[in-house]
Amino acid sequence: MFTAEMLESIKKVEATRAARIGVEPRRMTAEEKDELLRKFHPDYRAEGFQEIKVGPNKGEKAPYELGTLLHSNSRLLGAPINLEKVDYDVDVLVIGGGGAGSSAAIEAHEAGANVMLVTKLRIGDANTMMAEGGIQAADKENDSPQQHYLDAFGGGHFAARPELLRRLVMEAPDAIRWLNDLGVMFDKDPDGRMVTTHGGGTSRKRMHACKDYSGAEIMRVLRDEVWNRQIPVVDFTAAVELIMDDQGQVAGAVLQNMETGVYLVARAKTVIIATGGAGRLHYQDFPTSNHYGATADGLVMGYRAGAPLLYQDTIQYHPTGVAYPAQIFGALVTEKVRSLGAMLINAEGEAFMHPLETRDVSAASIIRECRERGKGVPTPTGFGIWLDTPMIEMIHGEGTIEKRIPAMLRMYLNYDIDMRKQPILIYPTLHYQNGGLEIGGEGFTKAIPNLLVAGEAVGGIHGRNRLMGNSLLDIIVFGRNAGKAAAGKCKEVTLGRMNLDHSQTYAEELKAAGLDTQEVSPLLLPKYTFGMPK
Amino acid sequence: MQNMVNVYFYGKQYSVPAELTIMTAMEYAGYKLVRGCGCRHGFCGACATIYRIKGSNELKTCLACQTQVQEGMYISTLPFFPADKRTYDMEEISAEQRVMMELYPEIYSCIGCNACTKGCPQSLEVMQYIAYAQRGDFAKCAEESFDCINCGICTSRCPAGISHPMVGVLARRLNGKYIAPKTEHLAERVEAINSGAFDEIIEKVMQKPIEEMKELYNTRDIEK
Repeated sequence: MFTAEMLESIKKVEATRAARIGVEPRRMTAEEKDELLRKFHPDYRAEGFQEIKVGPNKGEKAPYELGTLLHSNSRLLGAPINLEKVDYDVDVLVIGGGGAGSSAAIEAHEAGANVMLVTKLRIGDANTMMAEGGIQAADKENDSPQQHYLDAFGGGHFAARPELLRRLVMEAPDAIRWLNDLGVMFDKDPDGRMVTTHGGGTSRKRMHACKDYSGAEIMRVLRDEVWNRQIPVVDFTAAVELIMDDQGQVAGAVLQNMETGVYLVARAKTVIIATGGAGRLHYQDFPTSNHYGATADGLVMGYRAGAPLLYQDTIQYHPTGVAYPAQIFGALVTEKVRSLGAMLINAEGEAFMHPLETRDVSAASIIRECRERGKGVPTPTGFGIWLDTPMIEMIHGEGTIEKRIPAMLRMYLNYDIDMRKQPILIYPTLHYQNGGLEIGGEGFTKAIPNLLVAGEAVGGIHGRNRLMGNSLLDIIVFGRNAGKAAAGKCKEVTLGRMNLDHSQTYAEELKAAGLDTQEVSPLLLPKYTFGMPK
Repeated sequence: MQNMVNVYFYGKQYSVPAELTIMTAMEYAGYKLVRGCGCRHGFCGACATIYRIKGSNELKTCLACQTQVQEGMYISTLPFFPADKRTYDMEEISAEQRVMMELYPEIYSCIGCNACTKGCPQSLEVMQYIAYAQRGDFAKCAEESFDCINCGICTSRCPAGISHPMVGVLARRLNGKYIAPKTEHLAERVEAINSGAFDEIIEKVMQKPIEEMKELYNTRDIEK
């Protein structure tokens, strides 16, 4: 399956392999990392960004494609929406059917609220389902919440909001307990101890996993629980605009059936935005590891209604996306492959970096190796770096790959590449939106009463870079909290007259800023027709 | 000149680049997918697909996002198939054979045709995990069904009307909750946090100036 040129390079990787076993490459100093990021991380490429011209973050920068969506109008301007005709009337409206939305719905239901979940695809069609490597929690004797805090705070360049990060690390063990009690099958030793490994930037082995289907296992259990509780799930129905009331509170959302185009009105005392990330906006033309619906809808709707964004200019490029073969270009190769011992090796067979630097540093280092040093392996779509997977079985024994990372093995075997015997080619892929809507510790936005945000749509939990395993964690911690908080809050909410005035006001602001756009947002789904795939 | 192949979506012919997957070939041909497309990377089961190669009688099944097109593929997608999920309260049930028997009695109607296994795009031993479920061996059923992505192809092929993924998820949840060994260090840590054992120290860490945090971070010891 590999080209002749690739096979030649593999020989060089094989030649150095035995000597690399047991030798840990040097980690970079703080200064080296800073310089590397400035020169090679895509967040520092000015042409990938534009200035936001309207709204609460006016004057700040955003990825170009997100900026365009923020500079677009509501699709409801001039649409015949009758807000008096209410199709759904609930206490808690959850927008998004991934891990955060499902956790929120379960907890809101547990608290006795009348909760409904809407999702533009199906429940579980989400980045949660695709998370492979694991979930962090400081639950072992040599570890502590404060150690977890330090790792995440430093890994995120000291920019995380302390009140959010505190919640993440302090509630992590209980998140694992909750999932375990719901029936999630974590990897355990026969005596019940969790099997835990390192992730990039962790100082303790606190990565819990369910093979390399960690997110899938968590998501299918959450989905099953939502179904068991018979919480109404309205699928193939997108939220396209928040509804406000005359007291300035959020009051629900206008929904649209993705198949028939019909608009529906959902009135709600509290609304939880759990719409996830933005990989399908393909910032700077990167491929993505994200699911089909990752188009930043919640950020756009929240922002238009007046909720500020935080760190919207920082994006995570996962260092190891598939570089080859083309059919799976951009798909995620879990960091767990490196946790298990596989090294990053250039075309010359050299281990050019420590395999477990943080993701931003690793991605920048791989980009430098290919762009500046010319030591990448040419592929039909650009360059790749070797991830030396055969090392895993040399270190941990035969059968380890099938047992610990079966999804990776299967994905490559589909294309006749046996990662047990040959290394694989990787390159950074657009993976995660570090920023998002700003919330306080209880999960509410500070600008709009009764509007909550959970999961990848939140900004500030991780700062300007996120560690592996802290996203599966945050969707559970902040999803659960949002569900509980919304269920509590709805009891004291009295809604006034509903309106969509903010979309009109926003349109006028756009016009005043000289942005007479014909585009509408949120995007809902990427446009892939009639072209070569992304 | 690109290497093209002829494929047939719902019987209609299109010429598409040979390196595409079924999913990207549909998009190349102009389909704007809403149904039948989820994660696009083989984890969500949204894109169950059935095809046969022109001139062959063998019916094949796959995931559209993980399968490269071939010349002469006659393709139909299976974006939804009615599965029969029973509801239960995890706190009220237990890992006893009768639980499965009561919730999914149709598993005992399995006629052993193995069409479920043959259809599985994850190459799981589907009929085998149903057999484990019949016997009440939920740990084995859980292990054998672990890589299930709930695409529903097995369900669509089953003459006995079994909803295999639903059986699998019940077995896995019973296994995770009731059969797998308890994790003492987890219970202890949750209790310590709830009793406030870490409140003071985390508060102190939160109050530290950034420069001090940088120093702590850059000099922290890393477990081997």
